[in-house]
Formats: sequence, structure tokens, C-alpha cells
Amino acid sequence: MAKRTTSLPTAGVGVFRTKRDRRIGLALTLPSLALFLLFTYYPFFKNFQLALYRAAPFPTLPNKFVGPSQFFSIFSDAQFWDSVRSTVIFVGLVVPIGVFLGLLMAVAAHQRLKGIRVYRTIFSSTVVSSAAVAAVVFSTLLSPVSGYLPSIGIHAPDITSSATWAMPMVAIVSAWQFVGLAFIILTAGLQSLPDDLLEASRVDGASSWTRFWRIILPLLSPTVFFTLIVGVIYGLQSFGQIDIMIGTQNSTFTHTNVLIYAIYRFIHVSADPGMAASYSIALFFITLVVTLIQFRILEKRVHYGQ
Amino acid sequence: MASKQRRLASRTGSYALLTVLAFIVGFPLYIIFAGSLMSLKEITSVPPSLFPMHPIWSTFRDAFVGGNLGQYLAVSFFQSGIIVVGQVLTSILAAFAFAYIQFPWKRTIFVAMLATSMIPFEVTVTANLQTVAALGWSETMQGLVVPFLATGFGIFLLRQAFLQIPKEMHEAAVIDGYTSWKFMWRVAVPLARPSIAALAVFSFLGAWNQYLWPLLETGSNKNIQTIQMGIRGVGGQVSTANVSLAAAAIAVAPLLILLVFFQKHLVRSLTAGAVK
Repeated sequence: MAKRTTSLPTAGVGVFRTKRDRRIGLALTLPSLALFLLFTYYPFFKNFQLALYRAAPFPTLPNKFVGPSQFFSIFSDAQFWDSVRSTVIFVGLVVPIGVFLGLLMAVAAHQRLKGIRVYRTIFSSTVVSSAAVAAVVFSTLLSPVSGYLPSIGIHAPDITSSATWAMPMVAIVSAWQFVGLAFIILTAGLQSLPDDLLEASRVDGASSWTRFWRIILPLLSPTVFFTLIVGVIYGLQSFGQIDIMIGTQNSTFTHTNVLIYAIYRFIHVSADPGMAASYSIALFFITLVVTLIQFRILEKRVHYGQ
Repeated sequence: MASKQRRLASRTGSYALLTVLAFIVGFPLYIIFAGSLMSLKEITSVPPSLFPMHPIWSTFRDAFVGGNLGQYLAVSFFQSGIIVVGQVLTSILAAFAFAYIQFPWKRTIFVAMLATSMIPFEVTVTANLQTVAALGWSETMQGLVVPFLATGFGIFLLRQAFLQIPKEMHEAAVIDGYTSWKFMWRVAVPLARPSIAALAVFSFLGAWNQYLWPLLETGSNKNIQTIQMGIRGVGGQVSTANVSLAAAAIAVAPLLILLVFFQKHLVRSLTAGAVK
């Protein structure tokens, strides 16, 4: 989420540059550098090595070197494409719901009204909910045993074991969690817009509908795009909801077997680091493409701003 | 007169929309707390109670005694506390170096550190489990926290804060004979306090809500399982829905307090980079 359009550090006025300082400077970065090398870069590149080995049938036997064929074999594997499809459906549900609700809340709360701070706190609040907390409350709310769904006229079967409903259900849980973050980002975007423009349109007597489509949305579009990207990355990493609400024992898990869940199963259930690494590499490249799109948009926005 | 009426109508409309939205978004969070005080019968009847008419506090006792939540909570506070302190310290040191000191390979190291935010942690889980095992840290507290003690985002955030310190402060400090080390702790860090607070709140939120890594790393060692693992143990079953909700309430309460009191800091960290 960090802004990367910043300039790189250069020598300039106000820089410590004696011989002793040069040593100190390097030393100060060492703790972070060592941690990043050991726990980010090493495991990242290690994936490419792990992917070359096929898991032995028994954990005591050494894994067998099979070369890059294992990694490329996932692309002709139906299970992989099932996971990709699940991931796309999941993200495709989470992001639009989250951004739409977040945008609605941000625009509704962007006015001076008594008690608006209470509403803002409620709208932001889902950002603190963990996957596990969200899973617990939605398990209760959506369970046919509890009275919530029946009392609004929905007599659903147990949706955690329904092939049709399992995916939309976990997506709703993730979307709910994401709404708070979407609201916070979009509100910051709204607050950075020029007030006089919004005021002028109000004085002109433009209806709220027109104001939203003609003025607010075009001005806010870079932030909306940014929120979409954050949402996609958020969706790609959603795991706890699926783990708690569906679980591996459940017959529907193939319908919610998103990439991150597949990686978890390769590690935890089938003890197959080679396949886990292959899927991790795929997940990385998907995330990378999304991040690069974000860069492009940020770059463009800087140009508009100047 | 007409315009006054119109304004009143529009204000009523605004409140109506806000309230509907607050209900949609806030209801699950409300049910965590309301449901934790209800009997199972109140939750399963049609229609279910929306308010605990006869609050039952024994659910919390069951969560603490039966679900052992006290220990999970203690572990989470410890684990999150270490991660917050670690991330803040490593970020201050590195961010200060990037903002104020000239040293070899500075550009390369800076880019390498920012680039870590392009590698999601999930992608490194497989190999990290092996690294932690090789270090002899499987199912230990070290294994739980050490991989998270540095953060590219924190370094970025604090460097921005350090760079905003007026040049005059630095010049005056140099004239007074301050070393870089002294300048960092006496001048730069105190002035960057709002950003440091924002980073701390952000780290705490992230550490407290971690799920995948604690699940895989703590394995069968119940002594180092976090509160999220505790909820996983009791969660999901409607037969004990009120106890599960009590556990969820306990898990989310510290963060809600954080949100209410440090909303500004949290928003600051969450929107860093979102808006120019």
C-alpha cells in the first residue's frame, strides 16, 4: 500500500556524511536487511528450487528431483485451474461488493452533520475484525439453526455444505471485512478533493445523483481504482474465513479451494512443498500483475496532479 | 421557507441512508456482543432476540475456562507486543539512515527494502516453515515473531516523517555538535512521534489478527497459540454459538478500543499512499 512515487534518497543538504557516519548508516539498516534477506528474499527464491522437487510418497524418503516439469505441469492440471477459477470468483465477489458499499458509505458520511463521527466509526469498524472473528459471527448469522435467516424469510439449507452457497457466503464475509478499509481509503480520497468544487455544485442546485456521477466520481476515480487494487490483493490473501467456515473435512471445499487455500493444503495436508512452492510462484505472479497495474495508475495520477 | 424545508428533508434523507448503512455494516459486530450475552434459545428462536433480555455472563466464564481464552489472550498480547516493538525499532533505525546519513549502497538497499512489499507473506510461507525448522524454532515463540520484526512499509512511513523535519533543526543540531545517533533519538524520533504511533497501531492490528502463520507455525504447541487460534478451536459450531461469540468479543475488544482511541493514527497508516 505504500506510495512508491517518492524520490529515492540522494546525498544533499542535511546529511551526515563523515567516515564514522557512513559506518553507522550501514549498521542501522542491518537489522532490517538481515530479516528481509532471511525471511523474504531467501524463501521467495527458495520457492523456485522447491518447485523442482516432487514429494516422496513417504515423509521419511528424500524428495525426488524432477526439474521444472513439475511447475509447468500445474498449468495442465484441472485442480490448478479450479483453484484459479475459485480465486477469480471469490475476488470478483469481494471487491465489487466491498468497494460499492465503501463508496456509498464514504459519500454518505462526507458531510457536516451532528453525530457523523459515530457513523464514521461504525463504518470503519470492520477493519479491526479478524478473519476468525468474522467467521464466527457469520457462521451464527447464516446458520439455518440460528433464527436470523429464517426470520427474514430465507430457509436455506446448511450453506457451509452447499456447493452453490459456500462460495458466496465466504465472499460476503470477506467483503464485510474489507468494507471498513474501503471506506477509510475512499473517505481520505474524498477529503482531499477541493471543497470549493463540491460546494459550488451544491449551490448550483445539482441533484445528489448528478453531483455523484458528474463531479464526485470522476474526481475520485483514482482513489476508487486504488481501492479496487487493494481489494484484489486483500481478496487474494483471504484465508481464515474459508478455513473456519468450510474447513478441509467439508465436502464443499473444492468450490472454495482458492489458491491460498490450495497452498495451505499442500503444506499441511499432503506435505508437498514442491507443489506448495509451484502454486506460490503462480500466486506471486498474479499479485505482481495486479501491483504493476496499480503502479501504472499511480503514475498517471501524478501526471494529472501536476 | 421552501429552501429550509428542502434542507430539512435532505438532512432527514441523509440520516436515513446513514442509519441503514450503519445497520448493514454494524449489525454483525453488534451481534458479537449482544449474542455473547444471550442464551442459545434466544439465538435459535424465530425470530431471534435482537437484544439480550436476560444477559448471561456465564458464556464468558465458559470461554475463559472451557476455551482457555486467558492463555490465548496472554500469548497474543506478548506476540503482538514483541512484533510492534520490533517493527518500530528496526523501522526507526533504517528510516533514519535513509533520511539522514550518506552511506555505501544506500540506493540499492532502500529499493530492496521497499520491494519487499511486493512479495506477499503468503508466497514465502512454504520456505519460511523450513527456515524456521532449520533454526530449531518450529512451534516456538521465536518462530512466531522473528519473521515479522522488519517491515518495508514502516521504513517507508517513518522515512517520510523524518524527511519532513525542517532543515534548520538539523543544521542547529550539527552546530551544537550532535552526532547522528544523538540527533536521531533527541530530535528526529520525538518529532516523528505521530507517524511512529501510526506505525505502532498498524503493526498491532496486523500482528493480532495474523492467521495463516500462527496456524502453521505453532503446530501442536498449545502454549504459544494466539487468540485467533483459540477462536478457531471454539468457532463455527452453532451448538455453542453464544460461547463462540463471547470468544470473538474478547478477541476483537482490544482492537475496537484501539480504533476508538487511535482512529486518527490508524487511518493515517491505512491511507499512507492512497492519497497524495
